[in-house]
Amino acid sequence: MTSQHLLRDPATAGASMRRISAMVLRYWFLLRSSWPRLVELIYWPAVQMITWGFLQMSFAGHEGALARAGATFIGAVLLWDILFRGQIGFSVSFLEEMWARNMGNLMMSPLKPGEFIAALMTMSIVRLIIGFVPVSLLAMFYFGFNLWSLGLALAAFFGNLIFTSWSIGLVVSGLVLRNGLGAENLAWSLTFLLLPLSCVYYPVETLPGWLQSIALMLPPTYVFEGLRALVLDGVFRADLMLKAAGLNVLLFSAALVAFFALFASARRTGSLLQLGE
Amino acid sequence: MPETAVPAIRVVDLVKAYGRVRAVDGVSFEVAAGAITGLLGGNGAGKTTTIAMIMGLILPTSGRIEVLGRDIATARHEVLHRMNFESPYIDMPHRLTVRQNLKVFGMLYGVLEIEARIAALAADLDLEALLDRETGRLSAGQKTRVSLAKALINSPELLLLDEPTASLDPDTADWIRTRLETYCRERGATILLASHNMPEVERLCGDVIMMKGGRIVDQGSPAGLVSRYGRDTLEDVFLDVARGRAVES
Repeated sequence: MTSQHLLRDPATAGASMRRISAMVLRYWFLLRSSWPRLVELIYWPAVQMITWGFLQMSFAGHEGALARAGATFIGAVLLWDILFRGQIGFSVSFLEEMWARNMGNLMMSPLKPGEFIAALMTMSIVRLIIGFVPVSLLAMFYFGFNLWSLGLALAAFFGNLIFTSWSIGLVVSGLVLRNGLGAENLAWSLTFLLLPLSCVYYPVETLPGWLQSIALMLPPTYVFEGLRALVLDGVFRADLMLKAAGLNVLLFSAALVAFFALFASARRTGSLLQLGE
Repeated sequence: MPETAVPAIRVVDLVKAYGRVRAVDGVSFEVAAGAITGLLGGNGAGKTTTIAMIMGLILPTSGRIEVLGRDIATARHEVLHRMNFESPYIDMPHRLTVRQNLKVFGMLYGVLEIEARIAALAADLDLEALLDRETGRLSAGQKTRVSLAKALINSPELLLLDEPTASLDPDTADWIRTRLETYCRERGATILLASHNMPEVERLCGDVIMMKGGRIVDQGSPAGLVSRYGRDTLEDVFLDVARGRAVES
């Protein structure tokens, strides 16, 4: 008897949807078995939404620029959550393997790094949907901000932000593979560097000139500028979305290169076998 | 060349250096297809590093590794579905049930008719009552059986085992060894086994590779080594090698 009698085509040349599905199923089993994990997906986005939602309501009682600025807050909070939760969804799924000490089993299996990444990207969206949909409904029914009414613009915002989040998740995962769980805190903190730099709650012009140059190299900056243009001026700035998409292509490519370089470095240094702190 | 003549593992001049330290220092050996070979050595001898390089988890500094006739440096993904690995030091996801874990790994290894394969393994490894329990809630012996089921999910031609019975009671350890013997006999599979357990190695292995300081210091059948060193047991031979005593003959 050869193993070929038991195995399907191993699909050594390309990616295997079956192996990607296996990993997605693995994370789905985990989420389904753990109510604290499910609650955590909704808890922080809800707390953040409620906090900023009431702040916006207090601004709405004023007139002029303050009231207009307040109108963008809820949208900015929701879009920031796509960026942050998208990255957390990617990174935490990766970290689950480290916490479970399962990485050796996976790396020894036919699972390819690219398939692993595809599964992490899928889970990032799954986890985001679980947390984001209820909170967006809360924003709509309680604070009167219907994100879904943005339609095509929302798709453009979402696509750009999720790609940025995956880029950060890739770099964080590569660093954890290379350096162990000592680098785990980056998963929770790295994206926050984008909070001031990508001008989530204020226009780019607010920043000093030298910081504006940095901000304009970041894809989310264009998304949040686009949101303000849409909410305040009623204009969908496709040009901003295209700039963000172009930068995302560069950023995601660089993140892939960094991940594979760190993965190769982990194999050289033997750190795949020493995945503790 | 007929396939049976191709060794399951061929290692040539393998070196792994970390700075000035050579964890593995010019190791060469072959494991014949269908054989059970033991890799023996004290802590830091280079056993785990050698096995990790055979699996492709660690990149060698130099040297060549062929597994099932393929160069592991360039064609690793052509053979990974034909081999598997088990170690008590690598866990399976705790929150998943045994059945869920086996299903995920079955899919990763491209196993057809996964449910039937899980049922067959559960019957063979006495896991039927555990299939729907969380893996993390099992005893050490039960977890080892689950890890073994994962290692056999794809009916591998080559099985790499790192101290498979470590921390098990004698009864469970003996049970595991019997299952490994049966699997190897029925499947015609090859096993490379790293172990500190000398009775285990004497019972299972037809050939033993002894390592010290990253090098192979001796190799032969357990009985041949015992005879050559003029000792009564393989454990005595192990101590001679570990403590640098010379061969008597």
